[in-house]
Amino acid sequence: MKRFSQLIQQLETSNKTNDKIAALVSYFNEADDVDKPYVIAMFTGKRPKRPVSTALLKEWAIEKSGIPDWLFSESYHNVGDLSETISLILPPPKHLVNRKLQEWISDLASLQGKEDVFKKTFILSAWDSLETQERFIFNKLISGNFRIGVSSKMLVNALAKQSDTENSKIMHSIMGKWEPSQITYQDLIGGAHVNTDNSWPYPFCLAYALEVEPESLGAPKEWQAEWKWDGIRGQIVKRNGELFIWSRGEELVTEQFPELHFLKKELEDGTVLDGEILSIKEGKVQAFSILQQRLNRKIINKAQLNEAPIGFFTYDLLEYKGEDKRSDVLSVRRKQLEKIVDNLQTKNVVILSPIVKFDNWLQLAKAREDSRDLNSEGLMLKKADSLYHSGRKRGDWWKWKIDPYTVDTVMIYAQKGSGRRANFFTDYTFAVREGDQLITIAKAYSGLTDKEIKEVDAFVKKNAIEKFGPVRTVKPELVFEIAFEGIAESKRHKAGLALRFPRIARWRRDKTADEINTLDDLKQLLLLTLNTSIHGTQQE
Amino acid sequence: MHMALIQFTSKGIYCTQGDFYIDPWKPVKLAVTTHGHADHVKWGNQAYLCHELTKSILLQRLGADLQIQTLPYRQQIDINGVKLSFFPAGHVIGSAQVRLEYKGEICVVSGDYKVEYDGISTPFEPVKCHTFVSESTFGLPIYKWQPQQIIFDQIKDWISANRDENKTSVLAAYSLGKAQRLIKGLEGYGEIYVHQSIANLNEGFIHAGINLPDTIRITPETKKEDLQRGVVIVPPALTESRWTKSLLHAVTGICSGWMQVRAGRRWRSADAGFALSDHADWPGLLSAIKATTAERVFVTHGYSAVFSRYLNEIGISAEEVKTQYGQEEEKEEVL
Repeated sequence: MKRFSQLIQQLETSNKTNDKIAALVSYFNEADDVDKPYVIAMFTGKRPKRPVSTALLKEWAIEKSGIPDWLFSESYHNVGDLSETISLILPPPKHLVNRKLQEWISDLASLQGKEDVFKKTFILSAWDSLETQERFIFNKLISGNFRIGVSSKMLVNALAKQSDTENSKIMHSIMGKWEPSQITYQDLIGGAHVNTDNSWPYPFCLAYALEVEPESLGAPKEWQAEWKWDGIRGQIVKRNGELFIWSRGEELVTEQFPELHFLKKELEDGTVLDGEILSIKEGKVQAFSILQQRLNRKIINKAQLNEAPIGFFTYDLLEYKGEDKRSDVLSVRRKQLEKIVDNLQTKNVVILSPIVKFDNWLQLAKAREDSRDLNSEGLMLKKADSLYHSGRKRGDWWKWKIDPYTVDTVMIYAQKGSGRRANFFTDYTFAVREGDQLITIAKAYSGLTDKEIKEVDAFVKKNAIEKFGPVRTVKPELVFEIAFEGIAESKRHKAGLALRFPRIARWRRDKTADEINTLDDLKQLLLLTLNTSIHGTQQE
Repeated sequence: MHMALIQFTSKGIYCTQGDFYIDPWKPVKLAVTTHGHADHVKWGNQAYLCHELTKSILLQRLGADLQIQTLPYRQQIDINGVKLSFFPAGHVIGSAQVRLEYKGEICVVSGDYKVEYDGISTPFEPVKCHTFVSESTFGLPIYKWQPQQIIFDQIKDWISANRDENKTSVLAAYSLGKAQRLIKGLEGYGEIYVHQSIANLNEGFIHAGINLPDTIRITPETKKEDLQRGVVIVPPALTESRWTKSLLHAVTGICSGWMQVRAGRRWRSADAGFALSDHADWPGLLSAIKATTAERVFVTHGYSAVFSRYLNEIGISAEEVKTQYGQEEEKEEVL
């Protein structure tokens, strides 16, 4: 585990992608072969079942370090990570041991189903045999939650470099179905398991945000414009009589969407479609807030099926008749896709995502202004002769999103951040006005520069009215413009509504707390978005 | 019932009987100064009283026309009947705890302190007292320092790995304190190049008789190729400066107690972080406070609320007091 611990440290002490890739390559060159599949599993989010609950870990750490509960909580709020807090507060280790990563992982897995006393003895003795950094790793092995700034793309790059294999092959191999305990590193990298696995998806082709005027992209006729849908990116795979639905998060979500199961009969074997999973009612795309009711549910009830029926807006074809179509140009893929959708007997569930016709960029810019009415987030621009790339590649696909909604709010609570912001007050709660009261409407923790964060941090420290554990109530004085992507009804929030993806657009130093928006302003916006999804393109 | 020897006022810590302030943040007649960091000493006092090694710092930082009286450690003077003496605080060169005694009542104001010997500052000395005024910059149990030798080994490993890859090692350290500690700790490990703010302070120390290893002052003429083989020490404010970025393959390492926590390391977006602090860690604070046998502890800055609550729970009567210390640590380097 020492070598792995070193890797983590290297990954954390650099913020440059190249350094991280170099660290990964040298790890995969030097580490023990049995450890490698486990590391790949961890970095791609393949989590084993958690053998010990957080509550127990915390309890044992508190007991072992002999500090009161509240002091542990204070420490946690400052560290921002439970595994790390535990690793830091425990007394120094008594006897250091050096074991393979795989040995620790197997031992942890074998704790499953054992009695708590047994688990406790194992965990305490492990803590007592590891240094701070290794303890942190060990705790992370238990939670399975490694977030250390390694994207799967970065890992794939490193593995490809290390093994001198194509990126897309590696991506296939590691995205497929495999168990680290049952595959060797060589087989995994070589893709020995993926041929027998019908489900494997292709890596999604992703787009960069368009930050320049579209005119600079060149002739309109070279481009295909589509609506950018606000749903769940999905890939539908039909092979050897089996149907699989993958989400962008590399998760299999087939069971969640029974409306699409007819494809098992109607799609030809060896077909892979790319598109967006959306809630579609009477042919109209509904707001994301409605789709949300359907996500991550094990059981779906009738009301949900009625309220938020699922559809799939497809816009690309990755495989047809078992053949990889990704090196065909977009216009060719599109033609084939049109035929496939046309041949489906069940209509209006899998829908061809329409192409937005335009002769010049101004015309397209005008069309883009209607995005909200269709519950779309803007436009996608795809080069007509583009191939289907793995991951993000600059130049061929662009997302041209519409500007977000905004609301002026005042900050009323502040809390210390987590992760790299643990020592500053960076998590803020914002309110709008309702009569002479302030009603909380959003929490946000991004959008400010480091310099602004320090300024707000100083304001919080000077203007804290009350403390509730880590939370400070502050004088309602600082006005922030909050940007958000959508708005939904919410029974859990006092305001009766919740904002989607709220973040700080800017600090309005020019405004005072008297000038912020009211709750009524937001309620009106909510009504408007709900009407849109029922009446579709009707202009306000 | 003892009469209160000190009070916490809007100007700073005030000794009622002696009629002087300790580390005041507003101008007063007499400012007894624990050490030369910007949050503990301000411009504009009529007179200053400090340890003899702090004098050159004050002259450099606040101007040449100050009225400064100095004292060596452990020598006692009398101010309006109050016996005052300095004891080493181990924080930075010249840092002092202020011991006050009046009619048998003893109070120690410690300023900032650390208990581990850093190789260059006079080591911390616990002083028995009735009332102890303590910092708590790192007053959480997550802060437990490794012995400095281990940290120095890590820094040296880092430097030599950088050299192997032709990278310039830039260490960020406060010009007063951390910089001298690094210079001492890295003695014999290649040429050490220092920013002028550090070089100026070093000259003062050498003049005052401190035995500091040789360093090279960085000037506009310094060749970037020379820096590449050595070690560059700059104040933290300069780590993201254009100058630092203009160095040949510069990599920065920040030396600070905040580097103990991963969030601290990532927040500063440095290439490396070394948990090397001039403040006492959690066990250090507790052992120092216990050694004073004080009946009453005032916690001035840092995690004061948490730390004083804990002290009360373990049977040491403690209270959080609001001061302006610890807030300007970041600004300290803008000389």
